[in-house]
Amino acid sequence: MLNDFLYLMNAELLVTLIIFILLFLKLSNEEWKNEGLLNFINFLLLINLAAGFFYIPNGNLFGDMFHTSELVTFEKNLLNLGTLIISLQSHDWLKTHKHVAEFYILLLSTLLGMFFMISANNLLMFYLGLELSTIPLAALSNFDLEKRRSSEAAFKFIISSAFSSGLLLFGISMLYGATGTLNFMGIKAHLNGNPFQVFSFILLLAGFGFKISAVPFHLWTADVYEGSPVAVTSYLSVISKGAVLFVMISIFYNVFTPIADSWYNMIFLISVATMIIGNLFALRQQNMKRFLAFSSIAQIGFILVGLSAQSTAGSSSVIFFILIYIFSNLGAFGVISLVSAVKGKENMDDYRGFYKTNPVLSWVLAISLFSLAGIPPMAGFFGKFFLLFAGAGKGNYSLIIIAALNMVVSLYYYLKVIKIMFMDANEHPLEKIKTHWQPKIAMALCVGGILVTGIASGAYNYIHSLLK
Amino acid sequence: MISSSSQLVLAFALLYFYLNERSAGNTANMLFEDNYTWYAPLHINYHVGVDGISIAMILLTAFVVLAGVLISWNVEKLGKEFFFLLLFLSVGAYGFFISLDLFTLFFFLEVAVIPKFLLIGIWGSGKKQYSAMKLALMLMTGSAFVFVGLIGLYLNTNTGNGQHTFDILQIAQMNIPLSVQKFFFPFAFVGFGVFGALFPFHTWVPDGHSSAPTAASMFLAGISMKLGGYGCLRVATFLMPDAAHQYSWIIIVLASIAILYGAFATMMQTDLKYINAYSSVSHCGFVLLGIGILTKTAITGAVMQMVSHGLMTALFFAGIGMIYDRTHTRQLSQLGGLLKIMPFISTVFVIAGLCSLGLPGFSGFVAEVTVFMGGWSRADNFYRIATIVACASIVVTAVYILRAVGKAIMGPLNVGEGDSSLLGRAAGGGVDAKWNEKWAAALLIIGIVAIGIAPFWLNDLVTPATETIMNKISAIVK
Repeated sequence: MLNDFLYLMNAELLVTLIIFILLFLKLSNEEWKNEGLLNFINFLLLINLAAGFFYIPNGNLFGDMFHTSELVTFEKNLLNLGTLIISLQSHDWLKTHKHVAEFYILLLSTLLGMFFMISANNLLMFYLGLELSTIPLAALSNFDLEKRRSSEAAFKFIISSAFSSGLLLFGISMLYGATGTLNFMGIKAHLNGNPFQVFSFILLLAGFGFKISAVPFHLWTADVYEGSPVAVTSYLSVISKGAVLFVMISIFYNVFTPIADSWYNMIFLISVATMIIGNLFALRQQNMKRFLAFSSIAQIGFILVGLSAQSTAGSSSVIFFILIYIFSNLGAFGVISLVSAVKGKENMDDYRGFYKTNPVLSWVLAISLFSLAGIPPMAGFFGKFFLLFAGAGKGNYSLIIIAALNMVVSLYYYLKVIKIMFMDANEHPLEKIKTHWQPKIAMALCVGGILVTGIASGAYNYIHSLLK
Repeated sequence: MISSSSQLVLAFALLYFYLNERSAGNTANMLFEDNYTWYAPLHINYHVGVDGISIAMILLTAFVVLAGVLISWNVEKLGKEFFFLLLFLSVGAYGFFISLDLFTLFFFLEVAVIPKFLLIGIWGSGKKQYSAMKLALMLMTGSAFVFVGLIGLYLNTNTGNGQHTFDILQIAQMNIPLSVQKFFFPFAFVGFGVFGALFPFHTWVPDGHSSAPTAASMFLAGISMKLGGYGCLRVATFLMPDAAHQYSWIIIVLASIAILYGAFATMMQTDLKYINAYSSVSHCGFVLLGIGILTKTAITGAVMQMVSHGLMTALFFAGIGMIYDRTHTRQLSQLGGLLKIMPFISTVFVIAGLCSLGLPGFSGFVAEVTVFMGGWSRADNFYRIATIVACASIVVTAVYILRAVGKAIMGPLNVGEGDSSLLGRAAGGGVDAKWNEKWAAALLIIGIVAIGIAPFWLNDLVTPATETIMNKISAIVK
């Protein structure tokens, strides 16, 4: 039993171990220099990431409440990877911060929550993981301690996520009433598509919608993204959404199959609305973080197209896209966080003539944005293509036409940023930014990932083989 | 430089081996095929191979890219980036022309969009940012349409036990239901049509061409617009012949409008680059007309027109670029008598103009006549009227070309308000073309004359490939 416990929960235990190491470091009287502490933590995170590839457990624990498999481990590795990249990128911001250890304790707690959420085989466990991943995030949004916007963001975040958790809990309790169980397989066996069950599912979907900021549940996103520190924004937009999407795939594809027809229509509507509204709002944004917030809303719309496919191609394209999305979005956030940490500038206009002074950073941002826009040979092209391609598999071409045209709209605002960086003349562009080696590694990882994951088909084929 | 000349050498080597194979009696549809599995679960392969049409287009690309590199020998601003993007663009074009898998094809089609945006936006002139954005968005809308068409086509293929395929050669052997073809043909054709300046989706052409730096203009008009024509032919018409036949009248009407409209719009232009850009719309109309007519001769003519127009327009833009470099103006009213101070450049300009108006001996004549013959051979008044309309446009072409050439080259010397030191340097004879520009122009002129005087080699090269396409269509047309 203990062996099982250690073996199956190795990913969770390792993260917990790191949290405790940090706690003890904080409790000891020893004063740590930020620089050394950051190196040490990144080293731990690297070990954490590497360890995920060695032991690939498969089995259930706690009376089927906790479940793990090769796919789940892969998803956890993706989250680990994203966390490592974010941690490396936020080096310049954190090195002068007073509470580095606390930052990481909170960050890893949310990561732990996401692990439990992905591994859940029971709605109760799922809810537990979700809350564990949400509440520390609210504290993290407030981590620019001197800035009022940051507290405002945290407050908005905690209110909206409490509301969405309420909806989710309401849905879960109604579903419990309708089926008599909280276990996923048990729920599936009792689903017959009666209106009460569909209604409880809608509440559940609304809860999910809040977490991934799908329209019409997206209103909190832009403000929270703008106010939070860049590291937290990127964590919110990539890791936390990615984790919820992993859960959505496993729940929608494995549990709610008996009412697949009704949720197809819901996802269809939500995805169309999300793409269109996300794109339209992104067109006019001036703040880089707000801009990426709305663009990430639009990206969620595309992901939902893939989710609506209800086929292996659909689920593998979503997971594949999240992998690419981690690289692309974090690449973009990496540059923005550097500029924000070193120069304190976050507006688009500040990037005028950026290429003249910072050619490498400009190319990193450009490649990431091209990838987000779906331009080959960047990986984003493959990701988007497969999402829409899977979505077309059901024969609903209207969805694909809308999505394809939305890709053109989204291209406009990505190109606008490129234009500002490369073409606009500016007498006083931002000065050259000296980059520490840690953000450099993070950006190299992102760019490498963007260039390789698409052209080399290995990642997709692996994901596909896991889902078969 | 090295890489683009090696591209040309490789293209010739490819031509040589191809002709060898053909004369050795290899009658396979595609030669030098390579097929690697790329994304197995989605049936996506990296599948490439060439037939006569591809070879012709690859040769064209090699010529134009090398000439473009030579012309922009002295790019002052961000030289490395400039050539990187130019060669990246040519990768897209080469890949597109050799793809035998719809996914690969679409991949390369999109590869060739963004470098244009950057080339125009960074190194362009005039209202470059507007033009760059317009071009990128219109081309991406085009490729969004292509995307829908390709996906629709894919989902309606069947290689047995419900599996689908992206493979062009396999799809060509299937019978796609007519209703499917009729629904997706417009997506594919219009999508590629945007690239090929199909009326009314041609509006990116004038702005894009005129704002682009010389080499990018050459590439845009010379190769990029041919991506559209090639795609219309290889994907839309070849894979959905029934729909092509059904819709052929629409294509012909649109192409005729493009030809006439382009020609008349050119008459009104006063900027040399705009003149060539609008005339490109008109000339590319011949390509689409040839495809729409759906006879073997006409399609061969369309391919020849693609090659010929590619070389000719590249030469034209090279000439304009050289003039602009020296006088800093492209307005006809500010130019005159250039023959006196830059004889070589003026000669290049005249040759390009004469080719454009279809003077026998140059490639333009050969290609256009082939299209007309193909059109006339359809014993149907509709096709014949379209042919007559297209023929009539040549008169208009002659008017604007002769006017532009006459005004800029002949008459009293006039170099506008541009560079005041120009006339002084001209007295010393130092403003004519430099070695790199001479080579670039010579390269293109050799291509034009080779086709103009000995069209049969191009014809022989292309015909087997068009026959394959026609075999599929003629079953329906009759």
